Amino acid sequence: MRPFKLWQQAAIAAKVFIQRDYTNGTVCQFQTKFPSELETRIDKQQFEETVRMLNNLYAEAEKLGSHSYIEGCLACLTAYTVFLCMETHYEKVLKKIAKYVQEQNDKVYAPRGLLLTDPIERGLRVIEVTIFEERSLTR
Amino acid sequence: MSAVMISRKVRKWEKLPGKNTFCCDGRVMMARQKGVFYLTLFLIIGTCALFFGFECPYLAVHLSAAIPVFAAVLFLFVMAMLLRTSFSDPGVLPRALPEEATFIEMEIEAANGNVPSGQRPPPRIRNIEINNQIVKLKYCYTCKIFRPPRASHCSICDNCVDRFDHHCPWVGNCVGKRNYRYFYLFTLSLSLLTIYIFTFDIVHVVMRSVEDGFLSALKETPGTYPFFFFVLVCFFTLWSVVGLTGFHTYLISLNQTTNEDIKGSWSGKNRVQNPYSHKNIFKNCCEVLCGPAYPRYGPRRCVLPQIFHVQKTTAPLIPNEHTPDDAKASIGVSAEQSCSPEDLPPSFIPPLASPETDAEASVAKDNSH
Repeated sequence: MRPFKLWQQAAIAAKVFIQRDYTNGTVCQFQTKFPSELETRIDKQQFEETVRMLNNLYAEAEKLGSHSYIEGCLACLTAYTVFLCMETHYEKVLKKIAKYVQEQNDKVYAPRGLLLTDPIERGLRVIEVTIFEERSLTR
Repeated sequence: MSAVMISRKVRKWEKLPGKNTFCCDGRVMMARQKGVFYLTLFLIIGTCALFFGFECPYLAVHLSAAIPVFAAVLFLFVMAMLLRTSFSDPGVLPRALPEEATFIEMEIEAANGNVPSGQRPPPRIRNIEINNQIVKLKYCYTCKIFRPPRASHCSICDNCVDRFDHHCPWVGNCVGKRNYRYFYLFTLSLSLLTIYIFTFDIVHVVMRSVEDGFLSALKETPGTYPFFFFVLVCFFTLWSVVGLTGFHTYLISLNQTTNEDIKGSWSGKNRVQNPYSHKNIFKNCCEVLCGPAYPRYGPRRCVLPQIFHVQKTTAPLIPNEHTPDDAKASIGVSAEQSCSPEDLPPSFIPPLASPETDAEASVAKDNSH
């Protein structure tokens, strides 16, 4: 947990917000364009890989297929009381996403003085990337 | 050096902006004005109570015992859908935190360039392309965000709601992305229930008239005056609710919201077409009614510790390169990101003895909004 503790004590230099990509409609997708503020901190490919992975996970959550139809019909027949004891498919994928964001923060972003915020905390509007001041890390 | 720390557990939903009321530890979310919702409950429960009390005994004996059973099932479904619509979060978008709001303001100013003084700055609109159609995203001055497509700000609840349909006083809540299908099923099942009760009201009176003649049948029907009141309620409800169900069926088949329909967003003038429609009625219905169950944006019930820390020191003040604002900001960050009560990181507590933090007595409040 040591890297975590270090950047918790660090001061924030800036925050970057990755916006949504609406070209395919209202499905949850984020822009993979690499922000200029992160150029000095992280590899472009690494960052784009993270965003692409998140996009794939959100696409999986919102996929309209036989699975979602069966879940919907079953829920309707039970007047949606089944959701009191069962987790929805979307919630399961959100847990996966939370785990992925945590893992990426621990392995990739924290060592570089960055922090990704899970988009659900911002209403799936933006991916918030916090940039910490670099000198605090060396202490 | 001594430090005192007091922390008070505050549920995140207690601090939410907007004019909503919450119950059951944040599980239930409604608008403030609930009067009409109570009226809806009274009318449904009252009508069904009279039906079960006065008509079902006769019908069960003279026709079939399945009649009250089916009515009971339908009644329970209607109540479940009503409560689900009224109590669930319609898809409220969390407002932008100060850093995000500032970031957006800077982007807008950069896009506008230098506006000569005295001139009004251009309206805050972002144009995006969805399925080869230009859609304008408007800026919400209350929530400080560019609203996602199909979102709208409800002035009654003072929230931006995703896929905003309308604010329904009858259910005491907004109808949006998360609860639209429950609302539709509520109107549909209520139509069926009203038709069912109305039909059997008529059947009941007809059967008694056949036995005893029309006037004596009316005399015999117990509780005649409330009976007629509720038959009247049924009659008017029938036309309004069935009409509403029909209207929403039309909207679903075109994948439109009430809000878009009223504003005429996709009415076809200027060659503007609905970019969200799959051009297939079945696909549109499937997406709206059988789509995934969308989650709440941002947890409601998580505990957000409010930290008040007072730090006093007798040691010589160390020249401090970090301003108090930085210290506040770092505390703010840690308060925002740790949202599940189970995994608050142990290092969440702001460093009290570190030479980088402000050595003067300070009170740092939770500033997550």
